[in-house]
Amino acid sequence: MAYFTQQLINAITLGAIYGLIAIGYTMVYGIIGMINFAHGEVFMVGAFISLIGFVICSSVGISSAPVAIVLVLLLAMSFSAVYGWAIERTAYRPLRGSFRLAPLISAIGVSIALQNYVQLAQGARPKPGGQVVSGGFNLFTADGFDVRVTWLQIIIVVVTIVLMAGFTWVIARTSLGRQQRACEQDMKMASLLGVNVDRTISLTFVLGAALAAVAGMLFLMYYGVIDFFIGFLAGIKAFTAAVLGGIGSLPGAMLGGLLIGLIEVFWAGYFSSEYKDVAVFAILVLVLIFRPSGLLGKPEIEKV
Amino acid sequence: MGPRLPLMLKDAGLTAFVAAALGIFIVGFRTVDTGGGKGLSFDYHLVDLAVAVVVIFIGRLGLSMAANGQRWPAIVLGGAMIAAGASPMKLPSGFLHWFVALGGVLLVIRAIWPWASDAMSAAARTPSGLALGKARSRWFGWLLLGAAVLMPFTPIADQKTMDLGVLILTYVMLGWGLNIVVGLAGLLDLGYVAFYAVGAYAYALLSTQYGLGFWTVLPLAGMMAALFGIVLGFPVLRLRGDYLAIVTLGFGEIIRLVLLNWFDLTNGPAGIGSIPGPTLFGAVFAETPPAGKQTVSEMLGIAFDGNHRLIFLYYIILGLALVTNLFTQRMRRLPVGRAWEALREDETACQALGINPTNTKLTAFAIGAMFAGFAGSFFAAKQRFISPESFVFIESAIILAIVVLGGMGSQIGVVLAAVLLIGLPEWFRDLGNYRMLAFGLAMVLIMVFRPRGLISHREPSIRLHPAGSGGSG
Repeated sequence: MAYFTQQLINAITLGAIYGLIAIGYTMVYGIIGMINFAHGEVFMVGAFISLIGFVICSSVGISSAPVAIVLVLLLAMSFSAVYGWAIERTAYRPLRGSFRLAPLISAIGVSIALQNYVQLAQGARPKPGGQVVSGGFNLFTADGFDVRVTWLQIIIVVVTIVLMAGFTWVIARTSLGRQQRACEQDMKMASLLGVNVDRTISLTFVLGAALAAVAGMLFLMYYGVIDFFIGFLAGIKAFTAAVLGGIGSLPGAMLGGLLIGLIEVFWAGYFSSEYKDVAVFAILVLVLIFRPSGLLGKPEIEKV
Repeated sequence: MGPRLPLMLKDAGLTAFVAAALGIFIVGFRTVDTGGGKGLSFDYHLVDLAVAVVVIFIGRLGLSMAANGQRWPAIVLGGAMIAAGASPMKLPSGFLHWFVALGGVLLVIRAIWPWASDAMSAAARTPSGLALGKARSRWFGWLLLGAAVLMPFTPIADQKTMDLGVLILTYVMLGWGLNIVVGLAGLLDLGYVAFYAVGAYAYALLSTQYGLGFWTVLPLAGMMAALFGIVLGFPVLRLRGDYLAIVTLGFGEIIRLVLLNWFDLTNGPAGIGSIPGPTLFGAVFAETPPAGKQTVSEMLGIAFDGNHRLIFLYYIILGLALVTNLFTQRMRRLPVGRAWEALREDETACQALGINPTNTKLTAFAIGAMFAGFAGSFFAAKQRFISPESFVFIESAIILAIVVLGGMGSQIGVVLAAVLLIGLPEWFRDLGNYRMLAFGLAMVLIMVFRPRGLISHREPSIRLHPAGSGGSG
């Protein structure tokens, strides 16, 4: 029971990170129907900017952890958002209305280019850092097993919940959210009614990239080490989460992220850690075969 | 320079600003280990960044000038950039010299592009140009084939060139195989390398464990890969487009992870070594014959030369690739081939006409997988060592890029794209990681400027009205 609870806590933490990345996938898919293959790379860039931000903070003498976290969070969000904007502007926008596979190929190209760019600029070796929060407390002890919750896990879950709540509010209540949903339903009609479609799509990428950057920062703080390749696996897992929850659905992405975190951690905890990624991919395949619209998604209707 | 100049300056300034924002942390602050395993410190590259930003400003300005028809200023700017890049002036890094010079070259090309393409299309419209174009489209493939067959006998065929030739032909074959799946049937497969891996491991295991020869295993490996294709494809081929892409990507990763972790069978990350090479009528390519075998030089009565093995491999892969090509050409004339292309164009209409989409897709998937299996066992026989490292996602992406950049469904396009994407980077191997960066950027650029691929025009397989009889064609 204690072991189970401990795994559950770890799983929720991991699931929160996946959920944040998954939102970027699901929003972009919802609005322009493409899989933004480079999204995992934006997450990786966000993690690197956070790493650099933490080193800057420590070198200018900011020793208070909350201040450093907030500063780095803002830094990573804003500069990763520029990446999201620039990728959309240069690699995807010229291809809107082109044939179906073109944006996906372009996205794969962006992903390869970004990985090698970061590898060239920052080196291929794993980088340690970002461990500004340590410690935790024992929740309870049972069967001689301490169930621990670290402060960091609490921070991760709280930051995720706050961001997701804020984000849901943006989508549901603000005029930007209304425009975003309008474009999602019918881009042409929305543009006829005076919605600036280009700007809305750009903002979707900006928001998705900012959330991915937060995920990157939390990932860095949680694992304490990153390299230029983390975006690939995390990206695919987050995409799996988005599909599992129902691609195009925001609550679905959060739910899917949580479930993927659970599957991964419990598989590693109870079966084998070598095959935990296989388990995640197998889930992706199974969901797509048996319930392609995901848990909370709407089934796609084929129109001729 | 006209009233547009302030606008252009503003646009270039914005671009440079965005570039600075993109680069400031990742490029400007390079993190380095301080040693002792405690923390990181910075190695500042802000001057590099500043130079790059200035170059981007000038480049963007030149591009908008070229786009507005102000050709000469753009050419002057481009020429200045080339001169700056090639000059002995000391920039902070060698990469920046390349960056500046290549930027200048691109700018000049962009500036003279409208001229060049006008001149080209005007030349192609003259009677001799038309005849030339016709002859080219008929003979170009044969010329390429002739060059490929004769290549080992030309003086350029040293070991490096032959190695490169074998590599390019391997990718041509993989591209042609994937072309069946992506180009003809329109199924986006991001896990094609999985079938390549199945073929490679099939040959590696059967030859090292059971002593079977290359020519025995080759069909078996193809069958095995096709079987994998059917087993994996059957449940997922109902899915459309993007979903299929991600599921195949998932399958590719699953197979790689299984190869990596199933120590008893695959020896895990250490891989399988000392795989025997292919034999010529039972004779092996070696200086001294192993027990009970004959070497090729003994059999043919010629002096031993290390290059013979390479030339033999070259012809094997050339033959395999040609089989793939011929097979595809023939398939396209059969009902199932027509059904693939019809399915690619409109699945719903096909269903309405009584084509079973799942079975049709499955044949394409399995046949594509079979050719990957052939290529895989060739790869294992050539390398004599395989490990899961060779079958990562990036390989699938490269093969897919070859197909798409070539112009989906175009067989010659695949050859051109393979030469471009595999040949050029190999020549520039010294550039190290820069070549993969350039590879990714090239994928984006080609998609943006030629989304239909290098050879975008493809003859339809069938016409309602024969060409020239007044049909809309």
